[in-house]
Amino acid sequence: MTSERVIAGMATSDGGGAGERFRSVYLDHAATTPVRREVAEAMAHYMLTDYGNASSVHSFGRRAAEATEEARARVADLMGARPEEVVFMSGGTEADNMSIRGSLAAYSDRGRHVVTTKIEHHAVLHTCEELEKEGLAEVTYLPVDRTATVDPDDVAKAIRPDTVLVSVMFANNEVGTIQPIMEIGRTCREKGVLFHTDAVQAFGAVPFSVDEMGIDLMSVSSHKLYGPKGVGALYVRKGRRIRPLIHGGGHERKRRAGTSNVPGVVGFGLAAELARKEMDDRVRRLTALRDRLIDGLLGRVEFSHLNGHPTRRLPNNVNVSFEFVEGESILLSLDKKGIAASSGSACTSGSLEPSHVLLAMGIPPEVAHGSVRMTLGTQNTDEDVDYVLEVLPGVIERLRAMSPLHAKAVAERAREAAGRPGERCESGPVTPGAR
Amino acid sequence: MSGKGEDRPTGGRGVACGPAKARRPGANGGPPDGGGPDTIYLDSAATSRPFVEVAEAVREIMERSYGNPSSRHTLGLGAAAAVRRSREILARVIGADPTEIVFTGGGSEANNLALKGVAWAHVRSGKHVVLSAVEHPSVIEAARWLESFLGFELSLVNPDRDGAVRPEAIEAAVRPDTVLVSLMHVNNEVGTVQPVGEVGRRLLGLKGTDGRRKGLPLFHVDAVQSLGRMAVDVRAMGADLLTVSGHKVHGPKGVGALYVARGVRLVPLVHGGGHEAGRRSGTENVPGIVGFGEALSGLLDHGPDEVGRRLSELKDLLLATVRARCAGVVVNGDGDTTAARPRSAPHILNLSFPGIPGEVLQHHLERSGVYVSTGSACSSHHRGRRSHVLQAMGLPEDVVDSAVRLSFSVLNTPAEAEEAGLRIAAAVEELSERGGRG
Repeated sequence: MTSERVIAGMATSDGGGAGERFRSVYLDHAATTPVRREVAEAMAHYMLTDYGNASSVHSFGRRAAEATEEARARVADLMGARPEEVVFMSGGTEADNMSIRGSLAAYSDRGRHVVTTKIEHHAVLHTCEELEKEGLAEVTYLPVDRTATVDPDDVAKAIRPDTVLVSVMFANNEVGTIQPIMEIGRTCREKGVLFHTDAVQAFGAVPFSVDEMGIDLMSVSSHKLYGPKGVGALYVRKGRRIRPLIHGGGHERKRRAGTSNVPGVVGFGLAAELARKEMDDRVRRLTALRDRLIDGLLGRVEFSHLNGHPTRRLPNNVNVSFEFVEGESILLSLDKKGIAASSGSACTSGSLEPSHVLLAMGIPPEVAHGSVRMTLGTQNTDEDVDYVLEVLPGVIERLRAMSPLHAKAVAERAREAAGRPGERCESGPVTPGAR
Repeated sequence: MSGKGEDRPTGGRGVACGPAKARRPGANGGPPDGGGPDTIYLDSAATSRPFVEVAEAVREIMERSYGNPSSRHTLGLGAAAAVRRSREILARVIGADPTEIVFTGGGSEANNLALKGVAWAHVRSGKHVVLSAVEHPSVIEAARWLESFLGFELSLVNPDRDGAVRPEAIEAAVRPDTVLVSLMHVNNEVGTVQPVGEVGRRLLGLKGTDGRRKGLPLFHVDAVQSLGRMAVDVRAMGADLLTVSGHKVHGPKGVGALYVARGVRLVPLVHGGGHEAGRRSGTENVPGIVGFGEALSGLLDHGPDEVGRRLSELKDLLLATVRARCAGVVVNGDGDTTAARPRSAPHILNLSFPGIPGEVLQHHLERSGVYVSTGSACSSHHRGRRSHVLQAMGLPEDVVDSAVRLSFSVLNTPAEAEEAGLRIAAAVEELSERGGRG
């Protein structure tokens, strides 16, 4: 079998890649998710049986086109949008790029000012920086508070007569904070500017209604909601103009050239449909797991802090900073125990710089360095959470044993605890675990 | 449409065209074709059926080895390694270094990246681009965007009657301010092989040697149709940039690549996390990329020359079958694959039966289970618009309007090629009788 050559020896989620057998707990669903069995099956049909080009006029093409349109309707359903408002793309990053570049180009008569935040995904931030460099945009980067929340008043104040677009992410990919989207949407509507939201992390995780939320443009991705990689979509409200990023054939109503990725789109559509049907159940289950994991960690490990908003956060996001340890070392130890987590967004995990999100939240760099993101998924169980709570405190303890700073902090605290009765009764240092 | 012959042509009157025989349910080891047991799929230039091994590899990656290559845990590292292996396979196939491969969302994106990326990066060195008039819409439209948005000038070089562009015509179009020359390796509609090697050699002598003009003009080759069917060697072509696509070589849709020679500067189209060495951001389409590599491995198993030989055999067989029965058939482009240096790709055959509109013949053939196209699938949205390729070749109106494209893959058999030839002859016979063309 030729397939052996390319994929032989690849690690799998069930721990088959290592010599030692262990429990395998995947907690990196914000980076990417496994594809559901029924989704993979539907895709296989459009690879091996109905493999036509959706632009072909014969029946192979027509069946492919019909499947594409069905998928479009499913994705639109989950957005609360109309099918013709959905443009399929190669992923969330492309959608972010097109929404900003494409709307600035289409509305150049209005100006070239963009309002965004300091905690956006790099797909938005780097696009904005590039546009500034090219002289095609002026960008205001709004700050966030300690919970990574944007103040809608700040958005309103930042909007100028030449503002074309406001781009604020729906939920942050690192700390999971959900933004006050409704209020920002209302503000944008009142001021007559376009509102784009990067909903890559939130789409499929929480209920959506683009109309109620006042969204004009929205980027979503398939592989974050148990669909395939290489597919995403851009929602474009009817009547809003946008210029394409990729020119060529007349695909996607001339908004995105290139042969439709039929199996990918079909997989995305089905994944969206499943997310819609299972939404309530998923939200309930994941929120319970999330809170148990957060409480368990903060209770078991001293000098640890939850990053992001305590309640207005994605149901699957846990982001905790452990003082006196390097996030990277924690991840390595966890990986050896079969736990896959991350230290920020997967996209930047190659860099050793602390997360731009945590820094924007005002978290000191040395604390930001010790942060771990654990993002739950539909396959995770109570036993998985138990396992992490059993393993992680030990890992932290071992790593801290090598830290002189930790020893000093513990000694100081002990001294203060011992000295407290004899001293004036004033508040001591920050209680471990408290934020 | 005719009420008779729901599934097969009625043929046989006056022309020796045997009725179609049912054949090959589930040939090639896969599940049955979507078209049914009579299906003969001759539209692989639009898209090819993925190999079964490709579909299996894609599925395995999606369900079990699903990591994000940017993640540093075991699952992520495994995904990164799988992407690396596919990158190496593709690099080997086209004679490049793995670091020179940029994976994209497909051929159209790669063509856009090549044209816009180079134009942005060199906008201060010149604003002129040369391309042939028969390029794929993704090249032509990207160039049009440069014209309208960045103020570039375009020179479109027309081909000869057989679809081939003369190297001296390209050379003559190059100016001191030309930043890019773009020429496809094989035309997607008529299969003409362009003299890319000769053009590459001539451009070498025109390249600037210092300052801003150093290395300019760059040479981009759209090899979407030739990869996997003919030798594609970036060094032999003198290509600085080269576009390929997965779904044309029995790989998945939604994945392609741009070869960018070391040292060539280009501005990315998609910004973000800095994937693909900063040239194309976005989480890697791991299953797609792995499937692409898998498909190329599968084709390599046949040997590069062997694939071309088998495809030529199918094309020659079908053409001979049709020619023996339809004296009026016109071959568009240079249909000869037997010459020492063939000017026609082994897998694309473009035929006209003047008097019978291509669309009518295509629909008629579909009812007999033969799937062909009237041009490129990409332009089929603009119905009623004539092929820009055939028009640029200067073909007469009735030839342009009656053209059909037949395209083969290694999944087709000689028996299918012959059978398709018979069905085509029968369809032409029936349609011309009906049209009173006698």
